[in-house]
Order: sequence, then structure tokens, then C-alpha cells
Amino acid sequence: MKQKNIYMDNAAATRTDPEVVKAMKPFFTDTYAVASSQFSHTPGIMAKEGLDKSREIIAAKLGASSDEIIFTSGGTESNNLAVKGVALAHRGKKNHLICSRIEHNSVLQSCQWLEKEGYKLTLLDVDSDGFVDTDQLKKSITPDTFLVSIQTANQEVGTLQPIEEIGKICKEHDILFHTDASLSFTHLNLDVRKIQADLVTMSAHKIHGPKGVGALYVRQGTQIQKLQHGGYNEFDLRAGTENVAGIVGFGKAVELNHNDQTTFITGLQRKLLNGLKEQIEDLNVNGPDDLSKRLPGNVNVSFNMVEGESVVLHLDMKNISVITGSACFSRSLEPSYVMMSMGFSHERAHGSIRFSLSRYNTADEIGSVIEACKEVVDALRKISPLSNKEM
Amino acid sequence: MSIPYTKKVLEHFMHPHNVGKMEEADAVATEGSPACGDMVKLYLKVNDKSRTIEDIKFESYGCASNIATGSIITDLAKGKTIEDAKKLNWKAAAEALGGLPPVKVHCAVLAVDALRTAIENYEHQNGLLKEKISTTKEIIMKRLSRVINPLAGLDVVKTKLVQEIELKNGEVSVYVELPPDHQFAGNIKNEIIERIEPLWDVKAVRVVLRGE
Repeated sequence: MKQKNIYMDNAAATRTDPEVVKAMKPFFTDTYAVASSQFSHTPGIMAKEGLDKSREIIAAKLGASSDEIIFTSGGTESNNLAVKGVALAHRGKKNHLICSRIEHNSVLQSCQWLEKEGYKLTLLDVDSDGFVDTDQLKKSITPDTFLVSIQTANQEVGTLQPIEEIGKICKEHDILFHTDASLSFTHLNLDVRKIQADLVTMSAHKIHGPKGVGALYVRQGTQIQKLQHGGYNEFDLRAGTENVAGIVGFGKAVELNHNDQTTFITGLQRKLLNGLKEQIEDLNVNGPDDLSKRLPGNVNVSFNMVEGESVVLHLDMKNISVITGSACFSRSLEPSYVMMSMGFSHERAHGSIRFSLSRYNTADEIGSVIEACKEVVDALRKISPLSNKEM
Repeated sequence: MSIPYTKKVLEHFMHPHNVGKMEEADAVATEGSPACGDMVKLYLKVNDKSRTIEDIKFESYGCASNIATGSIITDLAKGKTIEDAKKLNWKAAAEALGGLPPVKVHCAVLAVDALRTAIENYEHQNGLLKEKISTTKEIIMKRLSRVINPLAGLDVVKTKLVQEIELKNGEVSVYVELPPDHQFAGNIKNEIIERIEPLWDVKAVRVVLRGE
């Protein structure tokens, strides 16, 4: 009999909650009109109602008002819209933006593209735990700075940035603050009033919603330009027919989220991290050891003397799904830029494995994964020329 | 984003043949380094009359492609004369594995290089060279340019980790700008010795680390 898959790659995509699928279904075959037909007919109104309900749920979760939520096709689009949209709105007035070296590529590469287009970019360094230095941020700010974009949680090593402090610094200098909270906004109960963010990126498929849907919180009055033209959708900030079913699913996913799920996930996270540390020698924890400074569910460790892709493939054969920051795993053959920015050696990145948990994982699974890792790492170390262990 | 491997690659990866250390090997070679993520160490036992490879073993710090190639190339070389084994290339290994994704070919090359270097070392040590060229600093440099500096991911010559080479009556001293307590100091030292020691006219190799 085929063993059940143990899925621990939830920072990539989560299982869509069956309740979410149920909520989405009517919007494929029954209520399939476009929301912008609300002025023409009843089905249009019903679609609009579906959108509005989700908008309200998400706005309430963030402490925002409904007209500050822009639906997009996902986190990548939200990040592109935030960074480039704000930059275009400031063109000819202000020219400098700041982000960290370990932002998601959709922020990092958007900023780097703007740099090629003539904007000035400052990349903030991170320390060996992945934290930005707020002093460096303060020093980097010039009268020309219009945007600071710092993620809430890192996608690989789970570092939670001091976003409240960053928000405060930005407010003091009258600079817009964007944070990519795709992985974290439900877990952390982010409140835009508290963190003083002007733009917040969200994504549905990271929180048990469907793929292809995201949102950008845009504080009322924020200077931003649309990137996609051809209609007045989403408060004239994003042209194109809304993915009504997906957005309804997104709203449902947010609604289904509860703090006790986060507590449960943090418990599993602690069990996994402690178990790996106890059972496997010669291991480095990547990212903060203190779980209160780490994204719930994220565990990232490097097993020394073995290469990550080999570990990942062996675990896959045991029906365990994780990823590695090894160069051998990436098509570019570059090791993880996040870990290189943290000052790690190539070897440490090569042996790194990321486990990302969700509410669908169980304590039993954690036990099996620790055991499997021990087996695989032992076996690979036995054939490694770097290891002194005898066969 | 995992990489698509053939069934054969996965078989050899999961259950590699000829793995492990070999005591009293006739020749040894290491290719790659922990810094570039892949490393293969290969051991040979050669019959001194027939010059056939009687036993061959490898160790790998590497990805699936690296481990699988080490497994297949040692299978292919076993029982062959060293002359025939020299003709094995990565294409032969890749073919025997049912193909390798193009992006992973460089991982496969290492195992093949290790086999060739091990045979070359064997020839040096057993008077089988067709032409006996005296070792020069340049020859040593060329050999050392295959040793990777773990700090930079580039070779130890280009990155000036090797500061000086002395050559006197077959005795070689290599001065390395690396503190003795660096985590890879031991590895680098061994790699350098392994690269130079087999040369037919080299009697001794001394690696001097920073402050020694």
C-alpha cells in the first residue's frame, strides 16, 4: 500500500481547505457573471456581493476599510504593483527606494528593474539570523526616499522582521512602507494601524485558499499608479475581470483562520526543531533559534557534510515533501541568495533543508520526519568523503 | 522545483554501487570541493600484471546526479584495463544512466574526472608514463588549479590561497594562506598533498598553513 504523503512545503503552497472549495463552487456554474455587470443585471450583483464579502473579511482581519483592499492574481503581482506602482507615482519627484537583500524575488527583482530604469536602490544587509538593522535603515534614508519595502517574514529561514519599528521610522520620515506578509498575515494577526504599513501584500494559496489570488492593502490616499490598464476594476488600480470564485475562496480561507491553529503549528514547529537537534549531530539552525522571532511553522536546518538535493530526493522517496537551498536543486545552480546574504558558506546553503508546516500536519508526522531525516543523513554521511565515519 | 531524473539515475542514487573507502588503494583522486557543492573521491586497486581495475570504490558529497554517476562509472570501469577505462567519458556515463538533465551534466563530469585523475596518478606512481616530464612549479600550479578554495568557490591558485611553492630535489612545499583551525584546513591540506604526491619525481609534499 502506498504510504501517505507527508507534506511540509506549505511556504510554497498549502492544501486548499475543503470548506474553501465548497464556498467557491457556486461561482463557477451558478454565479458566473462578472462583478462589473452589477449595474446591468442580478447575476452581476451577486458576483459583486461575493467580492465585497471577501473584501470585508480581509479588511476586517487587517484593521483596514474595504476600499483599501485591491485583489490581484497573487503575492507576486501584489509586490510588483506595490513597488513599481508607487515608484511610477513618484517619478520626477522622488527617486530612492530601500528594500532588504532577502526579500522575495518579486520585490527584489522589481526594485532591481527600477534601478535599471534610473531609480536609486539601497539594499539593506541582514545579520546571520536574517534580521535587518534598523540603524542601517535610518542611515539609508535620504530626502529623496519614497518607499521602504521589508517583508514581515522570510520565505526560507522564517525571520520575522521588526516591522512595527520599521513602520514607525517610515512614518517619522514621511516615507511609504510596504511589507510582504504573504506567509504571515493570518498567523500574526497583522493590524495595519499597529504596524503603520501603507501597503501590505497577501496571498491566498499560502493560507489554504486557491492559487491565482492575492491582495494588496493600499492605505487611503497612497500615491500609487496602476500597472495594468483596460478597465476601472479594483478602485481603478488593477484592470481586468476579477477572479470571483478565487476571491470568494480567499475570503473563506481568511475566515477559517483561527489563532489556535497558529498555536498548534508553533507546537509542531518546536517539536520538529528540538527533535532534529536532539537526534542529528552536526546540524546548524538557519534563522532565529527563538521561535517567537520566527514564522510559525518554519524550520530550516543545515545538515553538515551532506548535500541538500540528495536529502530532498531521499525524503521524497519516503513520501516526505520538503525543499533545499542547495545550488544543485536550483536550475540556476546558484545557492540560496537568502543564506548567502546571511553570510553563510556555500556548504551551509548546500546542506539546508526547509520544512514548512500547516494545520494539516500532525504530531505523528513530525516523529516520522525526524526519524526519516536521521536515517537519510546517516546514510549520506556514510558515503561522504567529508565524513570520518566508517562504513 | 525538483529536477527530472530517469528511473536509472534514481536507482543508482538510492542504491549506489561501489561506495565507501578503500584501505591500501593503489591510487586515489578527489575532484570538486565542498565549496562548489559536489565532491567525489575515488579509489583504485589495479592488477600490476594485467593492469586491469580489480576493485574501485567512491565516496560522494553531492547531489543525486553526482552519486548516480559515481555508481555507474565505477561499474563501467571495473574489470577494464586502465587503457580502456581512460576512454570512459561523461557521455558514456550519461548514456548508461538513460540520460541526464543538461543542467546536471557538470555534476556528472566530476566522477569521470576523478576516474581519469586516479588512473593518471597510478601511471605516475608505477612508471607507466610514456614521457617522463620533470615536475616544475607550473605543473604543480596546474594540478592545484583543480583544488577549490572553500572561501571563494574558485580555485586556490586564482584566489591566491596558495601563496608560494618551493621545489627542491623532489621535495615540494606549498604555502597556504589559511589558518590551521579553519574548518576546511584539513581537507585543503589533504587535497593538495593528494594532487602533488602522485607525480613520478616527487618524493615528499609539505603543506604549510598560515603561522606554521
